[in-house]
Amino acid sequence: MRNEATAAAPLVELAGVTKRYGTGTEVETEVLHGIDLVLRRGEFTALIGPSGSGKSTLLNLIGLLEPPSGGSYRLLGRETAKLSEAELTRLRGRTIGFVFQFHHLLPAFTATENVLMPGLVALGPATPERRDAARGLLAAVGLGDRLDYPPRKLSGGQQQRVAIARALALSPELVLADEPTGNLDTHSADDIFALMRAFNRERGTAFLVVTHDPRLAARCDRVVELVDGRIAADRPNDAARPR
Amino acid sequence: MPFEWLVAVRFLREGRFQSLLIIGGAAIGVAVVIFITALVNGLQANTIRRVLGTQAHIVVRPTEEVARPQREAEPGGLVMPRVEARAQRLRSIDQWQPLVAELDAMPALTGVSPMVSGPGFAIRGDATKAIAVFGVDPPRYDRIVSLSERLVQGAFRVQASEAVIGKELAQDLGLAIGDRFRLVTAEGGTTVAETFTVTGIVDLGVRDLNRRSVYIAFRTAQAMLALPGGASQIDLKVAALFDAERIAQGLEARTGLTVESWMRTNEQLLAALRAQTITTSTIRVFVSAIVVLGIASVLVVSVVQKRREIGILRAMGASRARIQRVFLLQGAIVAVIGSAVGMALALAMTVVFLDVARNADGTPLFELHVSPWLFVGTALGAIVCGLLAAYAPAQRAAALDPAQAIRI
Ligand SMILES: Nc1ncnc2c1ncn2[C@@H]1O[C@H](COP(=O)(O)OP(=O)(O)OP(=O)(O)O)[C@@H](O)[C@H]1O
Ligand SMILES: [Mg+2]
Repeated sequence: MRNEATAAAPLVELAGVTKRYGTGTEVETEVLHGIDLVLRRGEFTALIGPSGSGKSTLLNLIGLLEPPSGGSYRLLGRETAKLSEAELTRLRGRTIGFVFQFHHLLPAFTATENVLMPGLVALGPATPERRDAARGLLAAVGLGDRLDYPPRKLSGGQQQRVAIARALALSPELVLADEPTGNLDTHSADDIFALMRAFNRERGTAFLVVTHDPRLAARCDRVVELVDGRIAADRPNDAARPR
Repeated sequence: MPFEWLVAVRFLREGRFQSLLIIGGAAIGVAVVIFITALVNGLQANTIRRVLGTQAHIVVRPTEEVARPQREAEPGGLVMPRVEARAQRLRSIDQWQPLVAELDAMPALTGVSPMVSGPGFAIRGDATKAIAVFGVDPPRYDRIVSLSERLVQGAFRVQASEAVIGKELAQDLGLAIGDRFRLVTAEGGTTVAETFTVTGIVDLGVRDLNRRSVYIAFRTAQAMLALPGGASQIDLKVAALFDAERIAQGLEARTGLTVESWMRTNEQLLAALRAQTITTSTIRVFVSAIVVLGIASVLVVSVVQKRREIGILRAMGASRARIQRVFLLQGAIVAVIGSAVGMALALAMTVVFLDVARNADGTPLFELHVSPWLFVGTALGAIVCGLLAAYAPAQRAAALDPAQAIRI
């Protein structure tokens, strides 16, 4: 999948992307109006903005969960509009990891099984190596002693850690996190954030993190601000950059 | 375990109560279907066996030469219908020997037995009984009506002046094995009287037959009934019961003889059995429909409850087709478990039923024949029903928009 062209291409390239809901009905509304945005590999970006500004919508578009209504979206150099549903599904499974706001784990599966799930979808039945890797990831997020817990027996912060481990299971290029610390106390929020930052540094995984917390945004490489479906500000955060 | 299986099983386990409900529903449906099928098949097989136990499946007779009204006007009313047809002058089937050879070679027939039969009287002391004389070749006749298995006493042996008689006739005349009686016939204008020794007493299961049946040797009957070298009818047994009418029609067209199958002589019985079969089929269809609707409604609810999970799985890269399969599998799994439980239930119900519902004499109503095919067929039917039930919910699950599902 990664030929010369895609290796050189930016991770995400949005050009003039719009999103309309309720097309053809009386309540047709445009939520995103011409978004131009480039995300580079390994970049840790915060997406901020008031409620209803379109942050989740933008994340869903980048995550290939829904198609843009207009404009062009290139992921790893490939024009997504030209890909079939099956290709989009596969690309999504392998290149993008998700962390949702309400730590959407699968309640019927243990922590380890949740982390194994992306591999099960993309690669088939779990192998002992993948099991070890999943346990390793859970240990890395500090849950080495909760491997076989079902989600309902984990705290909110612990569930979100599992979600991060799951998002990283297939070593994706990009992790999309929609308010991952939204309903956690400050202490847990800091932990989760630090964890993502650590993975970003160690593995070079790019993150796009929606947050309402200015403290956390200040610790990202770059802050993109969305207001009323438009990018109102996009500034590097040199203070936060490592090296 | 592959993705679809793992998720389907976990989803079912997670919705424990719902899953138990639909498995229970499927089990009861399967149990009812199997129980009714086993019951009706058993009773029908029993009825047919009883009716056909003392009848040939097909009877070949000479072409009738006189119209029925004339024949019915003749004095023959004191014997039973089977003999009544022979109240006119006895005739032989033309060329019956080559015909028997030909019939012997037909694989669809399992028994071919030429016979000479006619009316007569059995006399012992002061008692005289109107009877029907059947001249048969025991090994051949046994394949049509197994007299050997119906013996109350003695053996099925009819040499020269030996006779096997019905149980009631033996009582009426006070005959036991080894006793003698006189047989009188009056065919062809002359009266013939011979003395016979009783070698066997049979119970044909029907009082009328027990009261009037006298079996003697084929050749002896030819002499007594003034039909030297002849055969008045040929009895046939078929391998497949319900092919009898088709085979009979074929034979009639080919030979020009009168050929009647049991299906024609027992039309009313057959009509009753058919009505019964239609009734049970209707019940089966409706029970299956209820089970399908039950499973479907629970799965539809489950799809709505699992919107988030479906959204997450789609976000992880599970295609629509795989989500669809997860739900189809749930339908199939419910059906398989349900039918396994249902089969056990049906078996228990049938055993209990057979124990409770008995004939007047205490014997079971029918013998329980648990054909493995009934189980295989029901299991396959249940899986088809399960998939059918899961189809609409699976479509819905697959059509779910992951972006929307995740926003909730
Ligand atoms: N399926 C939809 N149909 C119609 N309108 C929608 C749909 N989804 C989202 N919207 C609208 O799009 C706008 C942006 O929603 P979005 O969820 O992207 O905002 P957000 O920036 O994530 O807000 P928050 O910070 O509250 O999560 C909102 O006005 C919302 O009502
Ligand atoms: Mg949002």
